[in-house]
Amino acid sequence: MVRVDGEDVGGTSLIRVRDLDKTYRRGSEVIHVLQGLNLDVDAGDFVAFMGPSGSGKTTLLNLLGGLDVPSAGSITVAGDEITHMSARKLTAWRARHVGFVFQMYNLIPVLTALQNVELPLLLTRLSPAARRRHVEMALTVVGLGDRMRHYPRQLSGGQEQRVGIARALVSDPTFLLCDEPTGDLDRKSADEILDLLSQLVREYGKTVLMVTHDPRAAERAHTVLHLEKGTLVEGVQGRRR
Amino acid sequence: MKYRHLLLANLFRRPVRTALTVGSFAVALFLFGILAVVRGAFHQGIDVAGVDRLVIVNKVSLIQPLPFAYRDRLLRIPGVAQATFATWFGGVYQDERNFFPQFAIDREHYRGLFPEFRIPDEQWQAFLADKEGCVVGVGLAERFGWKLGDRIPIRGTIFPGAWEFNVRAIYRGGRTQDDTTQFWFRWDYLDERKPFEKGFVGWYVVRITNPDDAVRVVRAIDEEFANSAFETKTDTEKAFAASFVKQMGNIEFLILSVGSVVFFTLLLVIGNTMAIAVRERVRELAVLKAVGFSDGFALGLVLAETLVLAAAGGGLGVGLAKLFTLRGDPTGGLLPFFYLPPEAMALGVGLALTVGLAAGILPAVSAMRLRVVDALRRV
Repeated sequence: MVRVDGEDVGGTSLIRVRDLDKTYRRGSEVIHVLQGLNLDVDAGDFVAFMGPSGSGKTTLLNLLGGLDVPSAGSITVAGDEITHMSARKLTAWRARHVGFVFQMYNLIPVLTALQNVELPLLLTRLSPAARRRHVEMALTVVGLGDRMRHYPRQLSGGQEQRVGIARALVSDPTFLLCDEPTGDLDRKSADEILDLLSQLVREYGKTVLMVTHDPRAAERAHTVLHLEKGTLVEGVQGRRR
Repeated sequence: MKYRHLLLANLFRRPVRTALTVGSFAVALFLFGILAVVRGAFHQGIDVAGVDRLVIVNKVSLIQPLPFAYRDRLLRIPGVAQATFATWFGGVYQDERNFFPQFAIDREHYRGLFPEFRIPDEQWQAFLADKEGCVVGVGLAERFGWKLGDRIPIRGTIFPGAWEFNVRAIYRGGRTQDDTTQFWFRWDYLDERKPFEKGFVGWYVVRITNPDDAVRVVRAIDEEFANSAFETKTDTEKAFAASFVKQMGNIEFLILSVGSVVFFTLLLVIGNTMAIAVRERVRELAVLKAVGFSDGFALGLVLAETLVLAAAGGGLGVGLAKLFTLRGDPTGGLLPFFYLPPEAMALGVGLALTVGLAAGILPAVSAMRLRVVDALRRV
């Protein structure tokens, strides 16, 4: 269940955002990107954020992922209030709870698919063999079990994004944040990636928050939220597949 | 070392750049190695100088002689235990390029004053028994292929004429730094044949009973011969060797200047290279931080890359310098001690690592301070 009214109706949301403000300064001008934004997302939800360029979608995603700090308000994820965490704690929190999927894939070109996916696991105490098992499983889930030794340049855009998703998944994070995951792909590849994200939600119970400009991508989400004047407005309900 | 593949992959991302960077370190450290060898060659006399030996030369100049009669007077000075003498011969073997030091020595006491030169007793006895006998260092013997019994013709320059010597003994150095390129023959043979300055020697060397008493003995010796026709100037062997080096110019300053310029240039080149390398990977570093790698990890990764480059290049350069020295003195005898000691090699690698650290610190700090949000926004 996704709510944007900020009312506490009981129950425990996985992600709980209250009165979130984010302002930037450009010279003497103060730009209010997010103003009093509220959001509740339950585990297993698939949420799409839409809005015009500059509306603050990516800023919201960065705040939810602990990559940026709000000017005011609070963000609580799985009971952890991340707003006032130190940079060091926030880094460790990200490693445990957040899987990032980027528009440009952001794979490390000199590492193989296997090594790219293994990166988050290097921060754990897993043995090399255990890491290897996790990586193989993640790559198999995204359908690239036979491309583990390939370098990013040897993969198509869609395959690269799959590796990116496997990297986001491999440490079994609390939720996935996807910033325009299909923005750089052709229609067919985009559909495959969206199928994959839907499958992760449906079969593996993952919570996915996705920023997109593409209405067809947004359709796959359970809930579509629009960012308008710094706050979220509920849009059309997506399809639950 | 679970991050090894990440480190290596980054290093081999641009193999040509990595090779050139390692090459820069290698060239600089090769030069450092050679400069260290040259410095060592000039300072070898200082380094091996005995702490209990004093050198006495004519106060006017090193090339002015001293009377043979001074020996007994030296031995009477309190604190002097032994005394010997030698004379510079300065002859030419076959060609002037074949330079090596030749000394006419005091056959009775010279060996006792310089025990670091190891000579088999039977060979020493053969030398004492042959007026035309000579003792050569093992380095010199190897250089010219001499062996015991060979007859060595030398053309005199200071003491003109054709001189011939029989190789009766070959000495070895007790330490690596000991000069094994010297040629000794009997002073009594020189004194007998030379047409002038009979009864004179080049310099004296005395052993003192207590090195802590050196200052007093030095003063006593020079006072003993003060106001005579042949006043003396006495120094510890170390100070004498150092003053000898100084006569050739400020080698230390020259080497330090060249070395500093080379390392400073290297610092700028490597610093720039690493800055470019970090700038190229801003997004990747941001992704690493996004997935949970700490700022300290980013700092450590960049520093580790620079240090690996420095260690590889430094090791290669110092290794090549060592190989170069193994071929021996390339100057034909001017630098008989052509040797790169392990301490200098370690210092070279240490310097390379220091330069690597200094060159990598700014790019590493910029990687550490990188804000993920800003970096991901860059295209």
